[in-house]
Amino acid sequence: MKISMALAGLLFVFYVLMHMYGNLKLLFGQKAFDDYAHHLRTLGEPILPYSGFLWLFRLLLITALLVHVGFALHLWSKANRARSSRYVVKKAVAATVSSKMMRWGGIALLLFLVFHLIHFTILKPNFNSGETVVEGSPYSLVVAAFKLWWVVAIYLLAMIALGMHLHHGVWSAAQTLGLTQTAKSRATAKALGVLVALVVAVGFAIPPLAILFKIVGN
Amino acid sequence: MNLTLKIWRQAGPQAKGSMETYQVTDISEDMSFLEMLDVLNEDLTERGEEPVAFDSDCREGICGMCGLMISGHAHGPEVTTTCQLHMRSFRDGETITIEPWRADAFPVIKDLVVDRSSFDRIIQAGGFISANTGAAPEAHSVPVPKPLADRAFESAACIGCGACVAACPNASGMLFMGAKITHLGSLPQGQPERWARVQNMVATHDAEGFGGCTNIGECSAACPKEIPLDVISTLNSDLRKSRSQRH
Repeated sequence: MKISMALAGLLFVFYVLMHMYGNLKLLFGQKAFDDYAHHLRTLGEPILPYSGFLWLFRLLLITALLVHVGFALHLWSKANRARSSRYVVKKAVAATVSSKMMRWGGIALLLFLVFHLIHFTILKPNFNSGETVVEGSPYSLVVAAFKLWWVVAIYLLAMIALGMHLHHGVWSAAQTLGLTQTAKSRATAKALGVLVALVVAVGFAIPPLAILFKIVGN
Repeated sequence: MNLTLKIWRQAGPQAKGSMETYQVTDISEDMSFLEMLDVLNEDLTERGEEPVAFDSDCREGICGMCGLMISGHAHGPEVTTTCQLHMRSFRDGETITIEPWRADAFPVIKDLVVDRSSFDRIIQAGGFISANTGAAPEAHSVPVPKPLADRAFESAACIGCGACVAACPNASGMLFMGAKITHLGSLPQGQPERWARVQNMVATHDAEGFGGCTNIGECSAACPKEIPLDVISTLNSDLRKSRSQRH
């Protein structure tokens, strides 16, 4: 059960790294970003229909999300049942902030995911009345949104939450899969957790900040 | 030393407990924590009150019988058992909270005494090897590589006190179980039952109402025998392999 949770989590790590790579195309201008977005829909054609690959991948992600969240909630309720009377005084010695934030941070990420999908995939509302969004150009939608400081703030907060989730999650997945049976491999897994968290959080933060500070998208 | 103690008092398994405040005076800093409680109990007995029930046996740090949550730390602020904790680790005038291990798999019997027979049932499910009794075999007849012997020895240091469960935010018994799995699974004598052992112990652990591990690391930090977290990874690895290996 926890193995499936770890594997689903690692799939998300792979996915967010790909997603981050795609986002960074934004720095190379409208054509690079829009072409990339369009290419994702024609990937696998003509064997797959238009958007076919994308939908297959989305199906995989949705399944993985259900597994990951479902088992996380199961573990959470099991932990609550395992200690129904609480300590009056309990101090943490070894727990990192990231590890303590896995559950509420995970819920925050889930809420962010809903917002993010509505924002850029489902309804695509334009929050910025001063900008026009061109139909079929995700670049224009993204640029319009991230010219607003509060949209950038929401996304940056979400990336801090994602970074913290990955910081503990990557090491925890390695431990659950039985890959950390020595002190050295444990240190490596923890370092990898820090690295992945930093790469993902910083990588995702660059495009919105670049737009906000008018480095790209003028 | 003069201290204020806030102690969990609970008359019986079904009774509702509460924290009570006591004062102890003229405590020597050379006393162990349990000796300090002995002083309190003598005082309570003289006053005709019910003494505080707590577990202890060897008082040498090797039996695993004692175990108290002391101001939020399992076995107190030092890396040792409660019986080997000395009053010099505390300040004069300090207020100390003393609670039992809290986990539904360790129900309170009275005051600070908890029932840890769930650990015994996990051991019964697989924490053993089958060997013929009688004349002991020649010690050198079964070669054990030194790194494996060291790892088994390190894991075998577990005394089953339950501090890992007490400190775990999920009240999980994975460090205890991981120590047994690593101890027996590292040695040639533990191989015949290796895959059945991990499956049966984990099934019993879950049925006893322990929580699941989320790799926080509080267990290892609280362990008086400093069992490392990698025994949990070995447990996870053995559990994963056991599906295809068990015959």
